[in-house]
Amino acid sequence: MSREIKRSEPTDSEVILGILNGSKDVLERLYKAYFPMILQLVVMNNGTEDEAKDVFQESVIVLYDKVQSGNFELSSKLKTFIYSVCRRLWLKRLTYKSRNSGSIQDYEETLPVEEDIEQHEEKDRLFKQMETALVHLGEPCRTIIEDYYINNKSMQEICVKFGYTNADNAKNQKYKCLQRLKKIFFSDSK
Amino acid sequence: MELTEQIEAYLRGEMTAEESAAFERMRASDPVLDQRVVAHESFIRQIKTYGERRKLVSEMNAIHEQLDVNALKAEVLPVSTMVRILWNKYRINAAVAASVAVLAVFATLFSTGFFAKTSAIASDNIALRREMSREINTKVQRSQNEILKNIKANTKAPVDPAIFGGTGFALTADGYVVTNYHVVKDADSVYIQNTDGESYRAATIYSYPAYDIAVLKITDPAFKTLKPLPYTFKKTTSDLGEDVFTYGFPKDELVFSKGYLSSRTGHSGDTTEYQVDISVNPGNSGGPLLDGKGNIIGVIKGKSSRTEGASFAIKSGYLLEAIASIPKDSLGEKLVLNRKNTLSNLSRKDQIKKIEDYIYMVKVY
Repeated sequence: MSREIKRSEPTDSEVILGILNGSKDVLERLYKAYFPMILQLVVMNNGTEDEAKDVFQESVIVLYDKVQSGNFELSSKLKTFIYSVCRRLWLKRLTYKSRNSGSIQDYEETLPVEEDIEQHEEKDRLFKQMETALVHLGEPCRTIIEDYYINNKSMQEICVKFGYTNADNAKNQKYKCLQRLKKIFFSDSK
Repeated sequence: MELTEQIEAYLRGEMTAEESAAFERMRASDPVLDQRVVAHESFIRQIKTYGERRKLVSEMNAIHEQLDVNALKAEVLPVSTMVRILWNKYRINAAVAASVAVLAVFATLFSTGFFAKTSAIASDNIALRREMSREINTKVQRSQNEILKNIKANTKAPVDPAIFGGTGFALTADGYVVTNYHVVKDADSVYIQNTDGESYRAATIYSYPAYDIAVLKITDPAFKTLKPLPYTFKKTTSDLGEDVFTYGFPKDELVFSKGYLSSRTGHSGDTTEYQVDISVNPGNSGGPLLDGKGNIIGVIKGKSSRTEGASFAIKSGYLLEAIASIPKDSLGEKLVLNRKNTLSNLSRKDQIKKIEDYIYMVKVY
């Protein structure tokens, strides 16, 4: 017997717009609206709350990737999409843990999301590869790369932060760091 | 490096329109350059994707921190699942607590001597072989033995005193003797001694622990075949109230005692035994239990430590069963039991006199 979950949900178009704008508020509303549903799904099917958190966060990542890459068609409710992805992910984990031979107690309708999950897994692999490469890169290279390419800081700011005598030295350093990162990243992928 | 600078400037849109157009022309004419631009762009995107993803996860974690997951669980899960989750969480603690409790109970029982008491209850059946103390015997007994030896030079009595003693009685005139298995088990050697004090070496040729029966054979060359046995062995079960008597060696002299059959079952309802109201003591084990007419109806085995005057004897039927199961090759010749009773019309005194010669002290070393 499952309990019905009553909660105010953001409208789907609101969420998609929010994702595209990088709105924190929309992420929070999305999280709070749909996490309980996934908590119920996972915990009622041999999982723990931490596993529910992992699975749910992965599904949000899948949704973000899909929306940002522009190939998210609103053919179903967002809720159904998230539920389907989580369900699929949780089934995979259960099979991996061999606690369950592929049956799960359902609470919502589902969509076929195998393709999305395959794409997600590939991205996840690259993400982990980049993470490892950055760890191996070491400091100060790692921070320089992150500041420049991720946090969009200017060369001038980096120059001041790391105490380089001029921006050219900083550029030179960044160049060397990037070369090394590429080397580590691509040697890991082989 | 300059090239990378250019590529980045181009990708970031930091070039002027002119520079950008020139760069694009270069790119169109030089496939190697074009490839480097594409590769660089995709690698930078990879880094950016990594950054975005990390940011998203950290934002989600921050949101997750604000959630009261337990309240959510209580809201979305049925009560039974909540109980199951709590159980999974705390079962280790429960197991530890239970173990401590069990340990405490057993430690308390142990320290208060509970187990000592129960084992006393379990062993209320006292086997009646006699322990012959070495200390008492050392000097006196040894000198006695030496005196005996001096008087009867041909009696090969062992010099050391026996460690255990019991009673046995003749099965046949040619030297088969029956006693309890518990009398002769673990024996290094067994001697039997008649009422005249003559000792003969004997060998355990068969034991039947289930009925506590052992059959000995006198192997001593000094042993002479007896006169035909005066008693017979009763095959059927005797009746309650039957007057019975026994002889045995609870001390170094033959002791007669008399009683009656009080139950068809023995210790803890054992159907292979009788319960007999008769006074017996350590050393009586293996002695014969006879009825008024001089039939062997059982073998004295033990007594109860709880019930006053309750002794136990193996029923003769089971004695016969044990004898019948002796493998042929354990016996030199066929074991033929006596069928003629010469005691039935005699007075008790005369019965005792006739039986004496067939009752032995079994000495175990």
